Amino acid sequence: MTARSIALAVFLTLGVTSLDACRKKPEPAPTPVQTPTSMDNGASKRTADSIAAVRDAQRKADSIANARTAANAAGEAERVRAELMQTLSQKVYFDYDQDSLRSDARSALDAKAAVLGANPSITLVITGHTDERGTAEYNLALGQKRSAQVKRYLVSKGVGDDRLATRSMGDAQPASDGTDEASYQQNRRAEFEALSVTGPLVRPRA
Amino acid sequence: MTLRRVLFAVVCCAGPLAAQDTTRGVRIGLTYDPGTKPGVVVLPSRGTGADSIRAIVQRDLDFSDRVNVVALDASSADLIARGTNSLPILAKLGAAASVQITPTPTGFHLAVYDVTKQVTALVRDFPAPPMTDMRAWRAALHGLSDDLEESLTGTHGIAHTRVAFTRDRRLWVVDSDGEQATMLTGDGEPLSVAWNAAATSVTYNTLIPSSIVVRDLQAGRSRVIATGSGVFATPVFSPDGASVIYAHGVDDGMDIYMAPADGGAARRLSVGRGSDNLSPTLSPDGRRIAFTSARAGHPEIYTMDADGTNTSPLTPLAFGENPHRADPDWSPLGQTVAFTSSVGGVFQVMTISLRDLSMKQLTSDGRNEGPSWAPDGRHIVFTSDRSGTKQLWVLDVESNRARQLTRTGRQNRNAAWSPRLNPN
Repeated sequence: MTARSIALAVFLTLGVTSLDACRKKPEPAPTPVQTPTSMDNGASKRTADSIAAVRDAQRKADSIANARTAANAAGEAERVRAELMQTLSQKVYFDYDQDSLRSDARSALDAKAAVLGANPSITLVITGHTDERGTAEYNLALGQKRSAQVKRYLVSKGVGDDRLATRSMGDAQPASDGTDEASYQQNRRAEFEALSVTGPLVRPRA
Repeated sequence: MTLRRVLFAVVCCAGPLAAQDTTRGVRIGLTYDPGTKPGVVVLPSRGTGADSIRAIVQRDLDFSDRVNVVALDASSADLIARGTNSLPILAKLGAAASVQITPTPTGFHLAVYDVTKQVTALVRDFPAPPMTDMRAWRAALHGLSDDLEESLTGTHGIAHTRVAFTRDRRLWVVDSDGEQATMLTGDGEPLSVAWNAAATSVTYNTLIPSSIVVRDLQAGRSRVIATGSGVFATPVFSPDGASVIYAHGVDDGMDIYMAPADGGAARRLSVGRGSDNLSPTLSPDGRRIAFTSARAGHPEIYTMDADGTNTSPLTPLAFGENPHRADPDWSPLGQTVAFTSSVGGVFQVMTISLRDLSMKQLTSDGRNEGPSWAPDGRHIVFTSDRSGTKQLWVLDVESNRARQLTRTGRQNRNAAWSPRLNPN
């Protein structure tokens, strides 16, 4: 029922009542007084307008509240998504010429495994990198060993083998161009790219 | 080769040659026995491009490290140009032979004069494209240099060769004298490259996606012959060019595989059991493969038969801090393998003799890696940071004389020296 049809119903009801009141009079007036009827009609319209306005205001208020709720929900989803994507993309670092996982790497990977467990559609590309020490060709192998080591660990934490792809860039894409140990440490890393991230993400249960 | 014997005799009689400076400030004759290298004067000539021709051939001869290019001072040049009997002048300069190259409408005219015997030793015409086709024109001239070197020393030169390499994630090729650097492709981030025996194709691996590619250099066409999950690396051609041998690994180490060069199913050769096995290089007869293997815990050089059997370590297991030996390249002469070795934590180029397993360190200036032999088995191209950035350098392993091949870019690496090229 639209606002206009409600107003119309109110108007008709008031009009019929006033006609009944007229009918009760013993002497029908020779000329029906149009004025009271028109006055009644005017009052009815004002009432109807008021009611309509109130309802309209209520609807607007509801829709704003709904939008706010929706916005809050969307904001929360976005926050969760950003947080989980951050967890997934966080790099892990390695020691020189090593592919074994340090404790800092393990905890970063545990967090990733939890996110992947709660969001089974996501797949992960793991890219192993090395610093520039070591020959270019061997570094490619070392980078692959690192990504494979990361994959093995995630699989051991319950992530499906088919959701994890490994590759290596060797020393071709350093994160830092420096030639000091701090730069080298930045470069000895595995990077992660999440694929098939569709719909809202689910935060893993703690 | 009678000329060579004559030249040798003449040089011995003439006594040690003085150190000479040639173009570009290249130093000659200071660090090796001049008695083993004949002195050669390249005479000026007239005609379009004559000066360029002379400069290019002088440099080719100089870079060969087999002859002493004797500089002609201005007054001597003037005397010879004015028709004075050149023999006493050339003899005084210590030249065993004089060479003159004259441009002709169809190419070059070469004349070699034996100063000792006082006879013309060689006269030949070489076809060449017009100078406007600079790349092909220079190639023709390098071919002349190589023939000339053979007539002077008995060994065919390596001037008409090229070096393929990666510069800042792109695949490049450059002439043996450092000129005509050309980018072939940057698609997929090429890394390791190798030539086929006919020097008509190269094979290389790419990082994105990881794949093995064969590129026909004449047609300019590339074809992916292997790709998929994991990493594909270090392809080389078999000597007959029919197969490509490369390393591939997914989650459990890398092994060496062989696949048809025109695509097709690959066959695994090495049995690495989870270790990394890569960088195959074939013996000239194609029967043995040297490669890098980390099966003992750190990378060393191993050899196996071409079918993957009879694997044994070549380099003795190194000890010390972070031992690392990798990137072997089998000499085209067959008896030596060059490789990269960590020496006190710094990479250097070394060789190991297949006869007595003796090892020799070839470099010590800066960090040096990735050796590749020239077809003469005497020169090596490798990457060095001795100039501040990673550039390609060429080393004469007999005299230890080094020259810089590339001068631009930050990362010039993975050099592969071509076989001798066909005349155009």
